[in-house]
Amino acid sequence: MTNTVTLTIDDLQVTVPAGTLVVDAAKRIGIDIPVFCYHPKMEPVGMCRMCLVEVGRPQIDRETRQPVLDEHGSPVVQFGGKLETGCTVQVSEGMVVRGVTEKVQAGRNEILEFILTSHPLDCPICDKGGECPLQNLTMAHGPGTSRFLYDDKIQLAKHVPLGELIYLDRERCIQCARCTRFQDEVVGDPVIGFFNRGRSLEIVTFSDPGFDSIWSGNTTDICTVGALTTADFRFGARPWELNAAASICNQCPVGCNLTFNTRREAVSGGNFVIKRAMPRQNEAVNEIWICDKGRFTSYHFSESEDRLTQPLVRVNGELVPAEWGEALDIAAEKLGAARGSLLALAGGRLSNEDLFNMKSLSDHLDGQAVLDTHVAGGELVAAYGLAPGSNLGDLGPGDAVLVIACDLEQEAPLWWLRVKQAAERGATVVVANPRLTKLDRSASHHISYTYGQEISALERLPEAFTKARDRVVFFGAEGLGLAGSARLAKALAELVSGFERTGMPNNGLVAVHPHPNDQGAWELGFRPAADLAAAFSAAGAAYLAGSDPLGDGLVSEADLDGLDCLVVQDLFLTETAARADVVLPAQAYVERDGSYTSGERRVQRFFSAVPEPAGTRPDFTITAQIAMRLDLELESRIAPRAFANLAAACPPYQGLTYVKLARVEEQFPIVGRGDMYYGGTTYENSQGLGVQLPLQEGVVNAWDAPAVQETVAGLSAVPITRLYDRGALASRSRTLAPRLDEVQVVLHPKDAAALDLSSGRKAAIHLNGGSGMEVEVALDPGIPQGYALVPRSMGVPVHRPVGASLRALEGELAA
Amino acid sequence: MPDYILLRHRQIPDLDRLEVYMQHGGFEAFKKAVTTMKPEEVVEEVFQSGLRGRGGAGFPTGLKWRFIDKNNTPRYVVANADESEPGTFKDREIMEGNPYQFFEGVMICAYAVGADTAYNYMRGEFWELAHVLDDKLAALEEAGLLGDDLFGTGFSLRIHNHLGAGAYICGEETALLESLEGKLGQPRLRPPFPPSFGLYGKPTIVNNVETLANVPPIIEKGWQWYKSIGTDRSPGPKVFSLSGNVEKPGNYELPLGSTFRELIFEHGGGIPGGKNIKGIMPAGASSAIIVADEEALDTPMDYESVQNVGSLLGSASIIVIDDSVSMDWLVKKTLHFFKHESCGKCTPCREGTYWMTHLIDRIEAGMAGPDQVDLLNTVAQNIEGKCLCALGEFAIQAVMTGIQRFPEDWAQPEPVAAD
Repeated sequence: MTNTVTLTIDDLQVTVPAGTLVVDAAKRIGIDIPVFCYHPKMEPVGMCRMCLVEVGRPQIDRETRQPVLDEHGSPVVQFGGKLETGCTVQVSEGMVVRGVTEKVQAGRNEILEFILTSHPLDCPICDKGGECPLQNLTMAHGPGTSRFLYDDKIQLAKHVPLGELIYLDRERCIQCARCTRFQDEVVGDPVIGFFNRGRSLEIVTFSDPGFDSIWSGNTTDICTVGALTTADFRFGARPWELNAAASICNQCPVGCNLTFNTRREAVSGGNFVIKRAMPRQNEAVNEIWICDKGRFTSYHFSESEDRLTQPLVRVNGELVPAEWGEALDIAAEKLGAARGSLLALAGGRLSNEDLFNMKSLSDHLDGQAVLDTHVAGGELVAAYGLAPGSNLGDLGPGDAVLVIACDLEQEAPLWWLRVKQAAERGATVVVANPRLTKLDRSASHHISYTYGQEISALERLPEAFTKARDRVVFFGAEGLGLAGSARLAKALAELVSGFERTGMPNNGLVAVHPHPNDQGAWELGFRPAADLAAAFSAAGAAYLAGSDPLGDGLVSEADLDGLDCLVVQDLFLTETAARADVVLPAQAYVERDGSYTSGERRVQRFFSAVPEPAGTRPDFTITAQIAMRLDLELESRIAPRAFANLAAACPPYQGLTYVKLARVEEQFPIVGRGDMYYGGTTYENSQGLGVQLPLQEGVVNAWDAPAVQETVAGLSAVPITRLYDRGALASRSRTLAPRLDEVQVVLHPKDAAALDLSSGRKAAIHLNGGSGMEVEVALDPGIPQGYALVPRSMGVPVHRPVGASLRALEGELAA
Repeated sequence: MPDYILLRHRQIPDLDRLEVYMQHGGFEAFKKAVTTMKPEEVVEEVFQSGLRGRGGAGFPTGLKWRFIDKNNTPRYVVANADESEPGTFKDREIMEGNPYQFFEGVMICAYAVGADTAYNYMRGEFWELAHVLDDKLAALEEAGLLGDDLFGTGFSLRIHNHLGAGAYICGEETALLESLEGKLGQPRLRPPFPPSFGLYGKPTIVNNVETLANVPPIIEKGWQWYKSIGTDRSPGPKVFSLSGNVEKPGNYELPLGSTFRELIFEHGGGIPGGKNIKGIMPAGASSAIIVADEEALDTPMDYESVQNVGSLLGSASIIVIDDSVSMDWLVKKTLHFFKHESCGKCTPCREGTYWMTHLIDRIEAGMAGPDQVDLLNTVAQNIEGKCLCALGEFAIQAVMTGIQRFPEDWAQPEPVAAD
């Protein structure tokens, strides 16, 4: 059975799957049926009544059940008396849809006249003007003049904050309910809704703080008017002034496709600056959505006042500005002198090209190429990860997802969304975690264990998982240090290697890395150091890029004392950079070309969006310029050439080129063209869908973490990951600043009671008997007793389970 | 006067007391259904009776019951006691005077469709009545007529009263279900219809109070008896709510097919103050206004005949309009009502009712030119046939028929040149 339906729309024949809605069928053959409330990612509601069409159905003979034929042998088509809404009518065999008749045009014209009666028509001062569905459809279908008296218009509040991030203009809202339905249906955060009725209908928020959802920005993309705007972009620019640069979000390993909109600004001396980050469609990665962290932190840091713009060298104990040539000479000389004892430490925000050059230099000097991460198992993911052709959007009934030691919503929001949707399509979702996380709402099974008992939890996998067809396993490092993470990864790789369909699409292991390109670093041969402090102590010289081990509390100053030379390249004068002998100012990824390898092993390109600040250079260039001084030739100028070198040298990348990464194919729903009314202002992807790497045959260069005791007696502080942390990038977001989490420690209520602590109370936490750090106490009865959960990147350096003590700070009850 | 079938409390004192209702054959029909009939036999009996929904649409009740999705549980019965149509006050009298007959109807319906939970959704203003009805339900549980394993058959049923928050739209069955679920009262897209996708997405029968009150006598006396009342296609008794310019307003139980003349002049005592009848709104504020000529007065009040004079019987809330009333005033009243009650979900109703109130205010105040009357009519026409639910379509009935059928009431002063 084909299960398709053939119908005629405006004299064009189209064959579509049964169940398709008329508006979508029309869209597939390039016919625009205007809509406001309908959105192809949500259920139809038929509220706005804009998509009126004439629908005819073949007349069926009641007795023979066959279509009645006219004298020419064609089926007789009966049209109803009323116009129907194309967004709510499913196609049927032989249906005839007319969208260009006078009756239809009049109907749409009349609906638009109604909508415009209450609309303020303030397009000249509206942020949406220029990319506004209402504006566009009014031009196409609307009346030229209104018979509604302007004085009868309702005046409503125009600057209603729904929270710190999103503003509502009540006059502009046309009550299409896309935003409320998105929050409810798509992301399961029903924190906004309609209040009142009739013309008094208004969007309100029910949460405290207002619009408390990490997805709120998406509502501004799908808003059909300028009613919802972001605090980031409102009054920032007119859409037609903006240039668009394709990019990849650098906030987590998902690799959401972005578009940065830029324009020249007087305040920036006439230079191009980024005005906003927008989602770019990739139905295999982020569909048309991005989280608020990506939207509001993916570029602000690059505009930070404290960017390094000149190399610094240490002279007489002080860092002083130097010329590039001089700084590179010193760096090359000192690093070269440490041949055999070089520590090359890379952060996971470096691009593939940066990492390849750095690894090449490290190899050239017989150094140790180390990745700064807290999640192990990247080399196992290279062998047992998701095969090319994987798309979480294909998971459904009979398939299963396991998420272990990970708060997926907080660590990789888009993966959480895609797993949630897989559950809604019928896939089994199993969450293994000591506490309940948001994904548990979508899970059919929860496996509880105590921190450190991850592997034994795998013995309790339900049949719904072990007997499933396609199986994907996500793992993080909640409660674990690197050693624990490595053990878990190994156990999971064994599990995955036993899958019947291992090696096939949508089967495999995904590490929820902390950075966008950690997986790339693993693929290119970087491995973590089980004891970074010891690695520093043993090294003669260290070359760091995109890593701040001192600031992160991974090493102490004493660990760096033995180095002959410390070279740091970074965007900012980090704590580690402040201790360096040579500091080299790098470029932010928005200022240059490059590529990332996502956690799903999808290699994706990002493009230069804005010019770099004078005096900065790309990481791969800096490395190549050091290498050149040490008789190693690396590509220093052209990112695609650096990538070509990488592809030639690293098996999984074999045959890949920037051109291949830039290939696109038709995606549905169609978004971001002239027809913003349909999918929203999400950008169409014309710059590349990326390529998933083939799986490696067997594990290459397996990383065996030394066994480190990761359990402690008494209260144990363990690390967890929060989305809105206070890391180097998030803390530089102007927009997200009010939403960043407090520096918290999460306790079981009984443990808290024993320590005389209560929710919201300030306390001092001492790690391993060290000095106290101030934290706010939060309670969660779902966590095991004896543990203090400490979010990473919040200033309290918990990288593995450590002994902790807490005491209340006198009289400092939080307001 | 023949015996009442629905308003029996007018003949039997204290019928709202359980023991009195029982003395007069109460719950015999329920017992008969549960202990001697299969559920599908009950559905068939009601289907054969020709009973049509008394909420206004006149949809065959038995047919609706047949549509219940038998492959999905749990199933629900919801009594629509949101009686909000201006001019309609019949369900209230039934619930106040003869509540057990109504509940017996709910219970028979629940048995017929296999529901073990039923809700009585009342408009918020019925809060006093709700307290009384809570006592009635408690009495039924006490008497073993509601609860588990009724009559030892394994059939269990509980009924809950629920109060709305005061919105006309919640009389629309899907908006009612949304409201009952605790959500904003806005109609759902139909299809799917409640018998397959109703309360909490489960199969649900939503019936009007008066409809359900008709069920016990049908089960007790059989469908043939029921069909002998009223007309062939509109059988049974009907409670007509009579109001407006009439001597004796009130509820009148008459067979369907009685004429307007009989109701208004014979039972209602005619028009007070020696005035003449001018128009009739047969379905409350939602009505197309009928020109009350001789032909109209002799029209039988059944679902088919009222259509022939350009209106609908609806919930049969007959509002009588005498010749002292100007239609622009009447239309203004209805428009302000519908603007106030539009839920705002769909564009034409939300924006159109708002626009029309502004037009009618100026027209009624004599501050608009004749073109504004045309515009009002045009706006109404532009709403027609484009709304998500019936409310928007109701809102324009009085406007369009008021203008078209009573043009003399809409004369506007010629614009006066400004000084």
